[in-house]
Amino acid sequence: MTAPLGKDLLGLAPLSAEQIRLILDTAEPFKEISERQIKKVPTLRGMTVVNLFFEPSTRTRISFEFAEKRLSADTVNVATSGSSVVKGETLVDTARNLEAMRIDMVVMRHPSSGAAQFLAERIESNVINAGDGMHEHPTQGLLDLLTLRDRLGDLTGKRVCLVGDVLHSRVARSNIAGLLKLGAEVAVCGPRSLLPNAVDALGVSVFERIEDAIEWADALNVLRLQFERMTAGYIPSQREYNRVFGVSRARLDRAPRDLLILHPGPMNRGVEIDSDVADGPHSVILHQVTNGVAVRMAVLYLLAGGRPDLADAAKGGEARA
Amino acid sequence: MTERPLLLKGGRLMDPGTSRDEIGDLLVRDGRIESAGGVIAGPDGAERIDCKGLVVSPGFVDVHVHLREPGREDVETVATGAAAAAAGGFTSICAMPNTDPVTDNQAAVGFTVRQGILARQARVFPYGAISVGQKGEQLAEFGEMIEAGAVAFSDDGRPVVSAHLMRTALEYARTFDVPVAEHCEDATLAQGGAMNEGALSARLGLKGIPTEAEEIFVIRDILLARRTGGRLHLCHMSTKGSVDLIRWGKLQGIPVTAEVCSHHISLTEDEVTGYNTNAKMNPPLRTAADVASLQEAVKDGTIDILATDHAPHHYDEKEREFPQAPNGVVGLETALGVNIQWLVVPEIITLATLVERMSCAPARIFKLPGGTLRAGGVADITVFNPTEQWIVNPAEFRSKGRNTPYAGRKLTGRTVATIVAGRLVFRR
Repeated sequence: MTAPLGKDLLGLAPLSAEQIRLILDTAEPFKEISERQIKKVPTLRGMTVVNLFFEPSTRTRISFEFAEKRLSADTVNVATSGSSVVKGETLVDTARNLEAMRIDMVVMRHPSSGAAQFLAERIESNVINAGDGMHEHPTQGLLDLLTLRDRLGDLTGKRVCLVGDVLHSRVARSNIAGLLKLGAEVAVCGPRSLLPNAVDALGVSVFERIEDAIEWADALNVLRLQFERMTAGYIPSQREYNRVFGVSRARLDRAPRDLLILHPGPMNRGVEIDSDVADGPHSVILHQVTNGVAVRMAVLYLLAGGRPDLADAAKGGEARA
Repeated sequence: MTERPLLLKGGRLMDPGTSRDEIGDLLVRDGRIESAGGVIAGPDGAERIDCKGLVVSPGFVDVHVHLREPGREDVETVATGAAAAAAGGFTSICAMPNTDPVTDNQAAVGFTVRQGILARQARVFPYGAISVGQKGEQLAEFGEMIEAGAVAFSDDGRPVVSAHLMRTALEYARTFDVPVAEHCEDATLAQGGAMNEGALSARLGLKGIPTEAEEIFVIRDILLARRTGGRLHLCHMSTKGSVDLIRWGKLQGIPVTAEVCSHHISLTEDEVTGYNTNAKMNPPLRTAADVASLQEAVKDGTIDILATDHAPHHYDEKEREFPQAPNGVVGLETALGVNIQWLVVPEIITLATLVERMSCAPARIFKLPGGTLRAGGVADITVFNPTEQWIVNPAEFRSKGRNTPYAGRKLTGRTVATIVAGRLVFRR
């Protein structure tokens, strides 16, 4: 059968609701593998995956690496600092050289929007976008969806607000695309200087004030302030940001219902989120991280041609279709 | 002149300057138009070109090209650019000074003039830089550069950031009565931008360039032209707001002229979808409303000139991640077909208006030879087929640049012959 996701996973915007549900459903049986004492199945034995990271990453890179290893793929990590990229090699040359060594998949993190698509159109290997500039971070979006679904059930009509630096956030774009496709209501809240000017065109509503967002929402996905992407002063100070937009215990206490609190990490504690919220009873931040491995296993499995209906059996060693 | 006389037989002679639009012959001898109109028997030994079904017009003039020499001869040279121009029906082109080193002195201007003469294709007229090194600080030597052959001044590629320097340039240029051409861009708004700011840039995660980045400079410069009386020329206009501001300026009698590029009257930002680096230029492709407004401005004369902003880049430079790819597309060999396809075929403008905006107006505003079919005038002539449909194949370009957004597209209208100073420099 043809691969249910196509050749690559570049973003959630190009996927249908059915494809997104398929990934989430496929992730369910994979969750259990990581709970075993022997966290390994032979599903992707013999496949070679290259993790190509042109930006610093801890969580995403390690999560992918665990997902690959628990499926028995052979993995190689390439980071820019130790590669020929620093010698001026172009992205396409780097990838073609890797491909000449007969690899099967590339997981890539890159600072430029569109870099994953650029690569996918030029090599035969499957490409998984692990974050491209300010564009998309689809596996983060998927793990957020899985976490929300675990806690809230069917997302139809559920209210999710993305808080903070939407302008520079690939996590926000993947979340918005995925949540809307699954029928959720989506809002954003943050200073207008950190929202895209054409934010309305993204299909979301906008809250100017965090208090109003908290009153409305079932869940807050608190985005990281991306100081490394801010070329000019978008906000006066971190202290003022926390005072006006910070997600604090006091603000949550006034909410009409308990809110789920998500954060893609790494957190700026005391800036966009206070520690007692991050570590509080309604935080699912570490649950997100756990789900990240299962979602990435599902994506690897499906892109490799695995049959969704055999995902459960595949854990026991059933071969790829 | 030792060239054989040229007899253009039975073409549609079109010269908006003299309101001529009729079938007739045209005789070229000794670099000049000897006679035009009616049936001409022609002297012995004349080379006859059958122009039945073709338009015979004054040669096209492109006031905005980048020839990359000196500095990037791997990408384009004066000779290859001038050959591309001839193939596109242009008999004169004006070369922007953002070369390496910058064309900001009489020796550099003289070099470009010489390379143009040696090429023996389209005539090449250099711009001089407004400021030394295009650094926006010290006014360059306009007088010396004009003596060496410069016809206008621009820091194109960069805006003149200092309003004081722009004012000074407009004032100083009055002595020589030459245009000062501005690249309108507020860099503090546009910085890091890769495409038009809007819904699509928000979705693609690309930093946008708001229309105001252009319009703020358009109105600033129009006001400075009002203050100084200097001749302001606005390069590559891309927004509806700019059109409105220029219209206002002209109504006030302020000495402002403006150009639009073929890509801005034909394509929208949607071309960027899929991160197509051949749709990346500065100013960026805008929205359908902007395109419609620019088309209307070409029709009513608010925009005086159709130009190309021909900007060749190496294949490797465009084969990159979108934000890192350089701005610009080639245009000399597609401009006629694009302009007819998007302006004449939909009956927004007539062929006569097309010739006015591609030949008469730029020749008049930049005081260049040509722009007319009058007997006695220089024989800079373009013969084109206004209805020929063709598919763009970049591999056939005479330009070294292949970076076009029109590859594989159908255009209407194509050059058949280009005559510069009575010499046939291109024939298809």
